[in-house]
Amino acid sequence: MALGEVKSASVDHIARRAKWHPLEIVFWLTTPLPFVLTPDYLQLASQIAITALFAISLDLILGYGGLVSLGHAAFFGLGAYTAGLFSKHFWGEPFSGLLLAAIVAGLFGYALSFVIATFRGLALIMITMGIGQLLLEAANSLGWLTGGADGLQGVKMSPLFNRFRFDLYGVTAYAYSLTALFLCFLVARRVTNSPFGLSLRGIRENSTRMLAIGAPNTRRVRMIFTIAAVMAGIAGALLTQTTETVSLETLGFQRSADLLVILILGGVGRLYGGVIGAVIYMIARDQFSGVNPQYWYFWIGMLLIAVVVFLPNGILGGAARLLPKTWVRA
Amino acid sequence: MIGSFVGVLYDGFAYGMLLFLLSVGLSVTLGMMNFVNLAHCAFGMLGGFVAVTLINDLHWPFLATLPAAFVAAAAASVVFERVLYRRLYGKSDLDQCLLTIGIVFMSIASAAWLFGTVQQPVQLPSWLRGSVDIMGRGFGVYRFFLICVALALTGALIAMLEFTRFGARVRAAVDNQRMARGLGIDVDRVFMLTFALGSGLAGLGGALAIDITGLDPSFALAYLVYVLIVVAVGGLSSIGGSFVAATLLGVSDTAGKYYFPEISSFLIYLVMVGILMWRPAGLFGKR
Repeated sequence: MALGEVKSASVDHIARRAKWHPLEIVFWLTTPLPFVLTPDYLQLASQIAITALFAISLDLILGYGGLVSLGHAAFFGLGAYTAGLFSKHFWGEPFSGLLLAAIVAGLFGYALSFVIATFRGLALIMITMGIGQLLLEAANSLGWLTGGADGLQGVKMSPLFNRFRFDLYGVTAYAYSLTALFLCFLVARRVTNSPFGLSLRGIRENSTRMLAIGAPNTRRVRMIFTIAAVMAGIAGALLTQTTETVSLETLGFQRSADLLVILILGGVGRLYGGVIGAVIYMIARDQFSGVNPQYWYFWIGMLLIAVVVFLPNGILGGAARLLPKTWVRA
Repeated sequence: MIGSFVGVLYDGFAYGMLLFLLSVGLSVTLGMMNFVNLAHCAFGMLGGFVAVTLINDLHWPFLATLPAAFVAAAAASVVFERVLYRRLYGKSDLDQCLLTIGIVFMSIASAAWLFGTVQQPVQLPSWLRGSVDIMGRGFGVYRFFLICVALALTGALIAMLEFTRFGARVRAAVDNQRMARGLGIDVDRVFMLTFALGSGLAGLGGALAIDITGLDPSFALAYLVYVLIVVAVGGLSSIGGSFVAATLLGVSDTAGKYYFPEISSFLIYLVMVGILMWRPAGLFGKR
């Protein structure tokens, strides 16, 4: 009897966490608005959706898995190159390329997770960065395959469902990226609100204690790392397919660092943080694109310092403090 | 073949000493204060720009600019330590990472604004230029100078940390902060001085590096990777470890660039990842 009560209480708890908040529904209802309101900026909107997906993927390992990674672009680039090479050498149908990119990135992530899950602190930061750089250098030296520093040439995508071409305005691109983002978001949301997600949260907060109550810590961390790798691979493939180019920059350290900035800016460990961060960062960068990129990084740096010092939980964390308690959950 | 090997070894060792100068400060601050200071090379860059400005605009002698670079970087780091870094002592390494990456970004942009993005020209005094022929091979004088400076500094640092009262305080503060406080050691001040020393050494390294690596605003990020590799591979707070790791990295990087130019940068990361997987605390790390 007592056990049954505990069980139903915990089931209730999880069900309560998984319930959709009205603000969430409103947010997703606004995402198709760019089609109507800013039809000239659909390419940008598509890039934002891709970045948001990438940020969600980092959030899964950083915010939920508690692993600091400075080399997350490795999976992004892997997905991007897989999709690009696939369309170049086999066929340009987008979904199969997307699926293959997800599988390749996922396999790589799974293999890597055995290494990653046992490290912490500086060693982890250095290993993730080292692996990111390794892939970058590999792509750079395999010029016959990847095109090296010139980028991969000859990526051609067939129309989506054989009907919707990837046009110059990005109508198809945005619809495609947004759908992928939404579906992956659903998966991420489901994962983080599951008992598995809760145990990850426990591992992040106190791993010794989780071990003591019998949670297989490393296996959980490995699993979330693999899921995140799959999503990063999908994001990379989306970028390839919507822009029909792949450059070395998809693997670069800058991309990993930028992504960290985006996620920190939005707020770690709350899924929407990455989305909000991506929207703000990408729009700001687009607006300031006339400015020399070197100066642009001055403001990014200042923003980072300000967020770390004044807004430890990012914009969403700051907003959560302003809104009434009943509106937000921890 | 043997001749080129000796040459590569010599250049590589000199390059390693340069990396050691740049990174020894980080191994001190990161190892002792447990602060992930990714902005370390930004202080090195500051030292470099101070030296360049003094030489080119104010016509100081080269040797006089070295202490100036040290002092400038140390002084700047004290300001940053007081205003920003100390808020994050004991916080997560992610927060420290982000704050210091922010400083790196700002330093790169500021340097680009002040000095432009071109390589800074610097003219060494004539007695440091050129090379000496020994058994038919030329050995760069400046590289010899670098090696001497690095060896002298290593000796001085080890002597200071092992045999002076300040060194004893630093080690006490690192081993057991609470106990050190209880004994009346001003741990905050000790840390501040250690930090200034570490950044000052970076500044000195930056000034010495110009002739070998060149100096432009991307220095703060480009050499950060090397410095981190040295520190992570050598083991935190181990000066000897940094020395060995820097030598290894310098020689293997130079040899790689000479013998396998296509895959040299690939090899470095491979070796680093391999060593860290084998010994996560570095070759000489204690934890």
